[in-house]
Amino acid sequence: MGLSVFSVSVKVSELVKTYESQRAVDGISFEARKGEVLGFLGPNGAGKTTTMKIITGYLPPTEGRVEVCGFDVTADSMAARARIGYLPEHNPLYREMYVREYLTFTAGLHKVAKVAARVDEMVERTGLVSHRHKQIGELSKGYRQRVGLAQAMLHNPDVLILDEPTSGLDPNQIVEIRQLIKDLGKEKTVILSTHILGEVEAVCDHAIIINKGRLVADAPIQRLKEQFVGQSIVTVEFAEKTNAQQLSGIRSVKSVESAGDRRWKLSSDASQDIRADVFSFAVRNQLTLLELHKEVFSVEDVFQQLTR
Amino acid sequence: MIPVFLKEINAFFASLIGYVVIGTFLVIMGLLMWVFPEFSIPDGNYASLDTLFGIAPMVFMFLIPAVTMRSLAEEKQTGTIELLVTRPVTDWQIVGGKFMAAFVLVVIALLPTWLYYFSVWQLGAPQGNIDFGGTLGSFAGLLFLAGAFVSIGIFASSLTNNQIVAFVLATFLCFFVYLAFDYLSRLPIFFGKTDDIIQSMGIDYHYNSISRGSLDTRDIVYFLSVIAFFFAATLLSLGKRKW
Repeated sequence: MGLSVFSVSVKVSELVKTYESQRAVDGISFEARKGEVLGFLGPNGAGKTTTMKIITGYLPPTEGRVEVCGFDVTADSMAARARIGYLPEHNPLYREMYVREYLTFTAGLHKVAKVAARVDEMVERTGLVSHRHKQIGELSKGYRQRVGLAQAMLHNPDVLILDEPTSGLDPNQIVEIRQLIKDLGKEKTVILSTHILGEVEAVCDHAIIINKGRLVADAPIQRLKEQFVGQSIVTVEFAEKTNAQQLSGIRSVKSVESAGDRRWKLSSDASQDIRADVFSFAVRNQLTLLELHKEVFSVEDVFQQLTR
Repeated sequence: MIPVFLKEINAFFASLIGYVVIGTFLVIMGLLMWVFPEFSIPDGNYASLDTLFGIAPMVFMFLIPAVTMRSLAEEKQTGTIELLVTRPVTDWQIVGGKFMAAFVLVVIALLPTWLYYFSVWQLGAPQGNIDFGGTLGSFAGLLFLAGAFVSIGIFASSLTNNQIVAFVLATFLCFFVYLAFDYLSRLPIFFGKTDDIIQSMGIDYHYNSISRGSLDTRDIVYFLSVIAFFFAATLLSLGKRKW
C-alpha cells in the first residue's frame, strides 16, 4: 500500500507538550491525509491550539514528533514550514498594511515565483478584488479573515492549518468560508480546529476529538456518530395502546422507554437496525404504525459524551 | 531578510514615524548648531562640527529607541510574530531585516548633516579650514554608535509586548552603555585600579577615540561586538518560546 503511505501528509506521533507542571498535550497521535479536511475538536483549553502551534513549528514538542510531508518540523524546520499555510487563532494581521502589500510581503518570505500574478490570483479566489487597495485595518472582520486565508494559501502549501477560521463571522460569511475550505480540502490536507460542532459536520471528512490533552476519538464523521454513541434509538408511535413488556419482546431491543401517550423510544446496539423488526411486530399484533424513525445523532452528542 | 527589510522601511515611510524621526533630528541639530547661542557654531568661533558629534548621541539616545520600540513588541502584541516566525525564514533574517531598516532610517536622517560640513567649510578662516579626516571619523563613529543603539533598541523591543516599556528600557540601556561606564569608572573605589577597564567598556570612550579621526581596529571591534552582543541577545529572546 505504498500509495496510502504517500498520501499521509501530516503525521503526529506520541506528541507531548508540558508547560511547567501542566501537560497541555499528553501523548497525541494521528495522521491527516491528502484530500481530506480534518476537524480538530475539543473544549476550550483541551490542547487544540497548542497542537497546531507545534505542527507549524512555532512551539517545539516536549516529546514525540511531527512530520509534515515527510519532514520533521523540528529537524527539517525550513522544509516543513515551506509546505504549511497557517491561519493562527484570532487571525493576526498588520493593520497598517494594504491588502496587496501584505500579500506581496508574504510572497517574498515564501520566495513565490511570479509574485504579482499569484497575489492577484489569491485576491480573486478569496473574493477580495474590490478591497485589494484598502488598508487591512479598514476591513471588516469577514474580509480580514479572507486576507488571513489568502496569506495561508499564497505559496500553494500542501498542508493548511486553520485555527478557528470562522470565529466571529456572520452566517453568510461562514457559509462562504466553509465552501472555500471544502474546495481546498479536495486537493490539500486541511486541519481545522473549531468548537462549532455543526462546522465539523458541514466541512470535515474526518474528526479528532481531544480532551484534557488526550485523544478521545479519531474517526470519519459518519462512523464517529454511530460508534461513539454506542446505541441507536428508534421512536415509534402506534394508534393503539400497547405496553412496555410487549415491546421489549422485539428482537434486539435492549430497553423501552415511554415517550408520551402511545409513543415509545426503543434502544438497541448501534450495529442493529431494529426498524424491520418493529414493523413486523406491529403487523403481528395488528397495531397501526403511525411513526417509525431512527434517531440521528449529531456530533454534539458525541462531543458531550466524550468530553464530559 | 530583504522582504522584512522592505516591509519595515515601508512601514516607516507609510506612517509618520520616518518623517517625524528625520524631521525632529534635523530640527534639533539645526537649532543647536546654528541658533542657540551657547552651543552654536557662529558663537563658538571654531570651524568644527564638534557640537554635532557631541549632541547627536544624546538625541539618538531618545530617537533610536522611538524608532525601534515597535519592531518586535508590536508583532508580539498583535500576534503577527507567530506568523512571521513560522514562515520559511530564520529568526536571524527577521531580526537582521528589522535592524537594517532602522539603521537605514538613521543613516537617512544623518545624510543632510553633511550640509553642515560644507557650511562650516565655507565659514572657516581661511576658507576650508576644517579637519576633513576628523569629521569623517566622527561620522563613522556616529554610525557605529547608531548601530549599537539600534541593536539595543531591537533587543529591548524583543523583551516585551509593550512599546512604552520597550522605549524606556532601550533608552536606559543606551544611556547605560553609552555613559554610565564612564561615570562609574570615576568612583573612588576603582581609582587607579580598574577605572580604565571600566571606562573602556562604555561607548563614550570608543566614540571619542574614533571621533579623533584615527580609525583604530580596537574601537571598530568594540562597536561590532556591542552590536553582535545585543543582536544575539535578541535572537535568544525571540527563541525563548522554544525553551
